[in-house]
Amino acid sequence: MRYILVLMLLFFAAKIQAVEWEDQQLFKGQNSTQTLRVISSTDTAIFAPIIHSFLQSNPDLNIHYQVAISADVYSEFRANPEHYDVVVSSAMDLQLKLVNDGFAQPVEGLEHPAWAQWRRSLFGFTLESASIVINKAAFEHLPVPGSRQEMIEVMRANPDTFSGRIGTYDVRQSGLGYLFATQDARASETYWRLMEIMGSLRTRLYCCSGAMIDDLADGTLAISYNVLGSYASAREDVADKIDVILPSDFPNTMMRTALVASNTPNADAAILFMRHLVSSRWSDTDSQTIPLPPLTAYQDNSQQSIIALNPGLMVFLDDMKRKTFIDEWESAIIQP
Amino acid sequence: MSKVQSKVGVAAGSLRNRLVITLIGVAAVLTLLFYFVIRAYAAQIALQSQDNILSASVTAMLDAAIIRDSVVKVDLPYAAFSMLNTETDDRVFYAIYENDSLLSGYADLPLPQRESRMSSTHRSGYYLDVPIRQVTASRVLVGADTRTRITATVAQTQDSLSGTLQRIARNAAWYGVGFFSLAVLLAIWATSSTIGPLKRLTESVARRGPQDLSPIVKPVPTEMVPLVSSLNNLMQRLDESFTQSEDFIAEAAHRVRTPLATVRSHAEITLQRVDKEENRQALRSMIRAIDESSRAAGQLLDHAMITFRANQLDYQPIDLVALARELVRRLTPVADMKDIELRLSTDKTVMVSGDTILIQNAVRNLIDNALKYSPSESAIVIQVHALPAPHLSITDEGAGFPDDEIGTLTGRFARGKNAAGTIGSGLGLTIAQDVAAAHGGTLSIGNTKEGGACVTFWF
Amino acid sequence: MKYLLIEDNEELAQALSTRLVLDGHVVDHAMSFVDAIAFSDNGDYDLILLDIMLPDGDGRDFLAHHRAQKRDTPVIVLTARSQVSDRVSVLDLGADDYVTKPFDHAELQARCRAVLRRKSGSAETITRLGDVEFDPVAGQLSVAGQPLVLRNRELRLLELLINSPGKVFSKQKLFDRLFSYDDDASENAIEVYIARLRKHLDKSSLTITTLRGLGYRLDNE
Repeated sequence: MRYILVLMLLFFAAKIQAVEWEDQQLFKGQNSTQTLRVISSTDTAIFAPIIHSFLQSNPDLNIHYQVAISADVYSEFRANPEHYDVVVSSAMDLQLKLVNDGFAQPVEGLEHPAWAQWRRSLFGFTLESASIVINKAAFEHLPVPGSRQEMIEVMRANPDTFSGRIGTYDVRQSGLGYLFATQDARASETYWRLMEIMGSLRTRLYCCSGAMIDDLADGTLAISYNVLGSYASAREDVADKIDVILPSDFPNTMMRTALVASNTPNADAAILFMRHLVSSRWSDTDSQTIPLPPLTAYQDNSQQSIIALNPGLMVFLDDMKRKTFIDEWESAIIQP
Repeated sequence: MSKVQSKVGVAAGSLRNRLVITLIGVAAVLTLLFYFVIRAYAAQIALQSQDNILSASVTAMLDAAIIRDSVVKVDLPYAAFSMLNTETDDRVFYAIYENDSLLSGYADLPLPQRESRMSSTHRSGYYLDVPIRQVTASRVLVGADTRTRITATVAQTQDSLSGTLQRIARNAAWYGVGFFSLAVLLAIWATSSTIGPLKRLTESVARRGPQDLSPIVKPVPTEMVPLVSSLNNLMQRLDESFTQSEDFIAEAAHRVRTPLATVRSHAEITLQRVDKEENRQALRSMIRAIDESSRAAGQLLDHAMITFRANQLDYQPIDLVALARELVRRLTPVADMKDIELRLSTDKTVMVSGDTILIQNAVRNLIDNALKYSPSESAIVIQVHALPAPHLSITDEGAGFPDDEIGTLTGRFARGKNAAGTIGSGLGLTIAQDVAAAHGGTLSIGNTKEGGACVTFWF
Repeated sequence: MKYLLIEDNEELAQALSTRLVLDGHVVDHAMSFVDAIAFSDNGDYDLILLDIMLPDGDGRDFLAHHRAQKRDTPVIVLTARSQVSDRVSVLDLGADDYVTKPFDHAELQARCRAVLRRKSGSAETITRLGDVEFDPVAGQLSVAGQPLVLRNRELRLLELLINSPGKVFSKQKLFDRLFSYDDDASENAIEVYIARLRKHLDKSSLTITTLRGLGYRLDNE
């Protein structure tokens, strides 16, 4: 009887740990003695240069890099905080909540703008904007929309062109998508009108940027909204097929953030890695093009509408609020 | 008798120091008090300020509660949390309850007692091992046939608060130090100005000459009036005492000497008239006895007077040479009577600071002694020189001092063996030595090579 | 010499007057301050002897008065007071010298002489006898115009003898006048001084004759 109980427990335990890893890789240093465990929402391909440049100056370390979608990164780390040393994610709100709830430890003495960090524990190291990405061919004869309003107009004017060929994040799945959507909705009414238009044109929903960009490249999608411009720009293979447009009315800019787990045994190594990220030294190497726009130490935040790192971010994480928003979003974007 | 310095036992602490230390102590206490009061007040204000914001947040949350389709919905306004943004990125925890069941938020955030949920409550506590400040409020939503109590609670860490408090405490400390320093300066100034009258009184009393016993008439502060009047009283009694003593001495001198003078005159006359040897001898001894008592009386009275004066020497610049010359002039007639030559051998002038009357008295006594013990037709040499130290020495051609008695001769009433048959008590040397000591000098006695006496008065 | 003695003590004044007269002087005696003023204003004295403590006024007041009158008669003060307190004031006020009671008459004499000596024009005091000129005040002896230097006691001895030429002075008398009462000398010391004086007068017309058992006598040849 006890045996069955144990088996049942194990089963449940396994069930709870139902994170779907997108990727797992071990980057080895030259004479490594220690392994740093990083959990992240950033594609390995995009993040690899950063890791390589780190290991060059810290050859005694390995990095075990595990990728999952931002929502899973959050829940997995929250469930098993002792398994990971550094958490990197594009979902600023989820990261902030982790720090708020005591899962991160402070890193002192980093020279970084005050608005780009929270409690000296969460550090934004890139600046990436939500963009409109278009398929160049699809807009050969159409005016390229520079703002949300222009998007609405061009869509309204050419329903056949766009029907089924619009893409955006599924906010129910993508943490970043949810963040962009809620910040958007906060900022302007235009968002809901845009969602309704998009809903009426049978918008496709994606969990991740990668797939969206692929579909844009091969023409499946004519236009996608609230995509990470940096990802799109990083895709050299499709650079000639797509265009990245920063909405002129309100370009939501997010910071990719990292934190050091509060009880990590590899605190020193984790801190070194954090310094590396924040120093944007990884952006100086001219060996490869670095895909992520770094947030430098003297960056000024006056020009862009950067999403602020403050407790307000937790509002949309509230269960009720989230439910309300998603209900509204669903009713707008998913029209029968 | 040595020179009496004006020492007043052991000073029992300084009035000025006491006052300064007391004032500084008071200032220190007040400063500390001020610091703690400011801190406490600042803490209160800061806490109130945090409470206000937390209240605003709670209010915003409660305002956003509605009942739709019999379901309670709270549409959290973004502002409710973004307003809680602080410089120190304080952590935020919240919970919303419908009656007693949690709608959303941190389930383990402790709530205050049910009773006190009526009005909004503010409390400090701990959550996740950090100190927090928590505000809770309720609102009743009235539905179609339901009454629902919505309770919202928001808590925030107090890093910003502590930061502010530390800043205020530091500033308060600096202000405190500033005020304290100022207080110290003021204390020193205030003490000086308060002690001022006392110092001035002391100076004006010290400035007085040694004989000045006139009352102090300068106006003094009320508290010092009893002191000054006691002082004046004391000085008056002293003055009277001095005068009485002076008068006594003068009177004693007169009363003793006048009858003696009469007796002596008669004896002298009688001596002229008697021939019988034994009568003559008797009369001669009588006259000798009278002379001796007269001299003794004189010296005793001199000694008494000197003892008085030595306590309040009237220091003047004196030319020892002029003084010696004057004395020689005065005593020459007496010396002539015995055909004794008074010879002066001096520097041109030798200046010392001393009491004229006392020094004259001492030197006169010494010359007198020399005249008494010198044989007829001899010389007494008086030397006055400035080096190695100012001194006056008298050398005679008499029998000199007996070697074994040199140490004791200056004791009161001591007369040497050689004084047998000579009139005069031994007070002469004592007087001279007392005057020397009163001036901080010494008297040295000895014999010359030729056997005569040599007495030197050193300044 | 004409003396004014201002002394309120009768006995003392009596004794002092007698002694002065014995020395060959004239003495007027005033007993009070008022008398003193009267005498001094009207008389012409060679020397004033003043007791500093008078019944009706301080002797100092007399001094002040005397000086205010611009009289230059020398004043010797007789005082019983302690010298320490009064010394300065007496001389400052115009006294020429002072003696303290009880005083030795010889000392008073000596001081009178000294004070008189300081006054100019004492020509009247010269005694001439034979070819000897003797000035007791100045203490100078000249024999046949030749000045001689004599010791004090010799001068005093000569003075005694020359004032009463032909008079016999006993050794005792001479001794009493020349030697103070505490002097150890025996009466035979007189012989020494007589011998010395004889030597000085050797060339003069004066001789000193020894009268055995009686004394000495000065004669002018």
